[in-house]
Amino acid sequence: MIPALHNGALEVRNLTKTFAIGGGMFAPRAEIVRAVNDVSFTIPKGMALGLVGESGCGKSTVARAVLRLVEPDAGAVIFDGTDIRAAKGAALRRLRQRMQIVFQDPYSSLNPRRTIRQALEEPLRVHFRLSRQEIVEKAELAVAEVGLPREAIDRYPHEFSGGQRQRIGIARALVLGPELIVADEPVSALDVSVQAQILRLLEGLRERRGLSFLFVSHDLGVVRHFCDRVCVMYLGRIVEEGATAAVLDRPLHPYTKLLRDSSPVPDPKARLALTRILGEVPSPTNPPAGCTFHPRCPRAESLCSIEPPQLEAIYAGRLCACHFPASQNS
Amino acid sequence: MTAAAPTTLSRPGGLWVAFSNNRLSWVGLVLLAAIVLIAIFAPLIAPHDPLEQNIVSRLEPPSAEFWLGTDSYGRDVLSRLIYGSRISLVVGFLAILIAMSIGATVGILAGYIGGPFDQLVMGLLDVMLSFPTLLLGLMIAAMLGASLENLIIAIAITEIAPFARIARAPTISLKQRDFVEAGRALGFGPVRIMRVHILPNMISDVVVMGSLWMASAIRTEASLSFIGLGVPPPAATWGGMIREGFENILDAWWLAVFPSLAILLTVLALNLLGDALRDAIDPKLRAE
Amino acid sequence: MMMNADDDAVLTISNLRTEFRIGGVWHAAVRDLSLTLRRNETLAIVGESGSGKSVTALSILRLLPNAGARIGAGEMMFEGRDIAQLSEHEMSRIRGNAIAMIFQEPMTSLNPTMTVGQQIAEVITIHRHVPHSEASAEALRLLREVKIPAAESRIHDYPHQFSGGMRQRVMIAMALACRPKILLADEPTTALDVTIQAQVLMQLDELKQAYGMSILFITHNLGVVAQIADRVAVMYAGEVVELAGVETLFARPTHPYTAALLRAMPRADRSSDSLEPIAGSVPPLTSMPPGCAYAPRCPHKLPSCVQARPALQESSDLAGDRSHLVRCPVRLAGASP
Repeated sequence: MIPALHNGALEVRNLTKTFAIGGGMFAPRAEIVRAVNDVSFTIPKGMALGLVGESGCGKSTVARAVLRLVEPDAGAVIFDGTDIRAAKGAALRRLRQRMQIVFQDPYSSLNPRRTIRQALEEPLRVHFRLSRQEIVEKAELAVAEVGLPREAIDRYPHEFSGGQRQRIGIARALVLGPELIVADEPVSALDVSVQAQILRLLEGLRERRGLSFLFVSHDLGVVRHFCDRVCVMYLGRIVEEGATAAVLDRPLHPYTKLLRDSSPVPDPKARLALTRILGEVPSPTNPPAGCTFHPRCPRAESLCSIEPPQLEAIYAGRLCACHFPASQNS
Repeated sequence: MTAAAPTTLSRPGGLWVAFSNNRLSWVGLVLLAAIVLIAIFAPLIAPHDPLEQNIVSRLEPPSAEFWLGTDSYGRDVLSRLIYGSRISLVVGFLAILIAMSIGATVGILAGYIGGPFDQLVMGLLDVMLSFPTLLLGLMIAAMLGASLENLIIAIAITEIAPFARIARAPTISLKQRDFVEAGRALGFGPVRIMRVHILPNMISDVVVMGSLWMASAIRTEASLSFIGLGVPPPAATWGGMIREGFENILDAWWLAVFPSLAILLTVLALNLLGDALRDAIDPKLRAE
Repeated sequence: MMMNADDDAVLTISNLRTEFRIGGVWHAAVRDLSLTLRRNETLAIVGESGSGKSVTALSILRLLPNAGARIGAGEMMFEGRDIAQLSEHEMSRIRGNAIAMIFQEPMTSLNPTMTVGQQIAEVITIHRHVPHSEASAEALRLLREVKIPAAESRIHDYPHQFSGGMRQRVMIAMALACRPKILLADEPTTALDVTIQAQVLMQLDELKQAYGMSILFITHNLGVVAQIADRVAVMYAGEVVELAGVETLFARPTHPYTAALLRAMPRADRSSDSLEPIAGSVPPLTSMPPGCAYAPRCPHKLPSCVQARPALQESSDLAGDRSHLVRCPVRLAGASP
């Protein structure tokens, strides 16, 4: 077992989470969904790692499992040398200060009955023993840091637009002074112009505070802009990992190529020349045998339906889970 | 540009909007206010002592001295009606308050904790709900004995299960909301989350049903008093008065009619009020 | 040979004004909009929230809510008639028939209590008055055409038994049932995964060719626009601010808003060090500025911009038979960037 280092990094090893759908006292047997299947990655301090994939790939579950908002079934999550899964009580609370989450839906991420001030002061009161004055100051600082006017602090969420609410959600995530931010589709629900404002805000915060990010998104353009490295997920597994530009420009895994080729680009000369996109994502309760992508894969051979490929280093810094990855020079 | 509006009641001034949208709600409010004022100022309003017997004038129809007539003990029906409002309102209000406190707590806990605990609680609630309200109240009142306190307890017990149910449903959907997950991510414990984040967002639903069910509580009180399991005589209760009126229905129509009207008006007022409040929190108005 | 654009027009909207009643006063969500949709073309309307793009589509089919919304002015000529003036009865003969619409959320647009076969057949029997057996056969043919696998058995399934992408195809099949001349598509792929979106967009294009339809495609995604559009109308605060052929729009975006949108959009195929956000926000319906609606956020603003509302004018840059209209006298007069 590799010893854990106190280096401010997040290490996820062999994370697994299964859900049972249906079941209960009087229902027929539940179906098992392997939402997250043996996922491993590392986020060194200050890095932004993107997690991309389509619905059902498990990226949101990974994000929540890392914060123990969903309890993993197996695997390890280690932050700055501390095992998150083993932490309890006060130790867990201290860890929570250091790792926070920003949600996708600005309309659901704030309690409609609490003012912004209350939403920001509450975590401070729960975690720290500060004087009233210190709490007020920290809350007002957080509001200023996300670019909202001071008067905003005594208003209610419904008085703000989607972009402003997202800023408030970010302020709430920052108020405890975390080192890692898990962002679950933080700009997907926003208009393009607002999206750019929020991304710029997040970039600025990342620089000033030295934050690490686990950035979950389905939008490759956003991920390319924000993230240093990216993991591509399909049906609960990571199928490719590497530096973002390299993965998107020279994908090794056929699914990454499919994803990249399907993402529309604002250039009419680069119209999609997809030959045939075969099929849809299979049901997660009944994944195909062997490599889960093989029914849709243009390169599939008989081995692919028998043996699931492992995530391996193909060359420096590039991982791929495929029996027949694209060559480096393609 | 402002975002989607929340429910009318969760905004400041929302109650006012709820009322201005609905004319009938004003009728309900005025009527209820009148009844409450009558109950409060009973000693000042009632022309006679409700307990004073006057055998000479028994079973007299409405007259100048006794506006609504007298009962078989010669007691003034109007005064008894006025004092009876106190019993009905107090019993109705306290019973609902107790039922709401206990029921909502049970409902929130069941909804938030989930799993086998929730299934157990739901099973118990289903059993309680399968009893007709009156039968349940009857059994409890019979076991405890007839008195004002026991009456309140009996009626409260019949209303716990409905409150638990309507507290549980919004709890379950609120539990999925991002801001509750945010609370957990911020290290808040379950008690804080239930108290600060879940309860305020659903309490208006519960309170509104409370106002509607107060009407039901008052009807139950009247029914139990009618059967003789309510506050014992000689206290003036509307149900008890109807019972007496029932026995004398052919000779003295006024004994049954006026208490019935009193119950009808009170229940109507509460229903109109409750409907208006419920429309204000109607999910169709929720833009989220 | 220059084709006269108007010969080819299937739908001509002139000076459309759609209003909503807010706080007792009528405010325009779509202001003085004029557009021509030509035969066999895909015209994309692109804009952000509050631009009025969805309201435009709903106005065409007169699907606005009865209370609180109205078409305040303008005409929409379709097949020689002004559909803004038609009665509800006459409109219902057009909807689903000559003009069809597909929406963003197929789950809420399909009836959950009817099988998909029944729903498609219903559209056919209502408009074409054919016997039920013929309608069902046609429904099966349509499901095959939109490439629903195992259509013979799936025709008896209910909407909830289909995935999101499949439901969208069912909706497309329903829309095509009566061979419409115009298909209005309101963000039909926004809720879909990107690989499914690509399939649906390709399919729409194939069907458009096969059926000889015009498509009015509404979206907020400039990438999607580049994929499917022949011409593009950019909307901001209820009006068209730029109208051009698709290559021209992306090569030479002239209106400051169009240019700003392109600079604010991160791309999957290119690394960019900086995204330039657009400062400020869209003015609310209730307080639209008197001059140019974009002026408060515009880096090229001149004093004349806030005084009078600019008109949509021809740019001198013409490509082929497609004109390039821009609502910005400053940029049209000044040098190109």
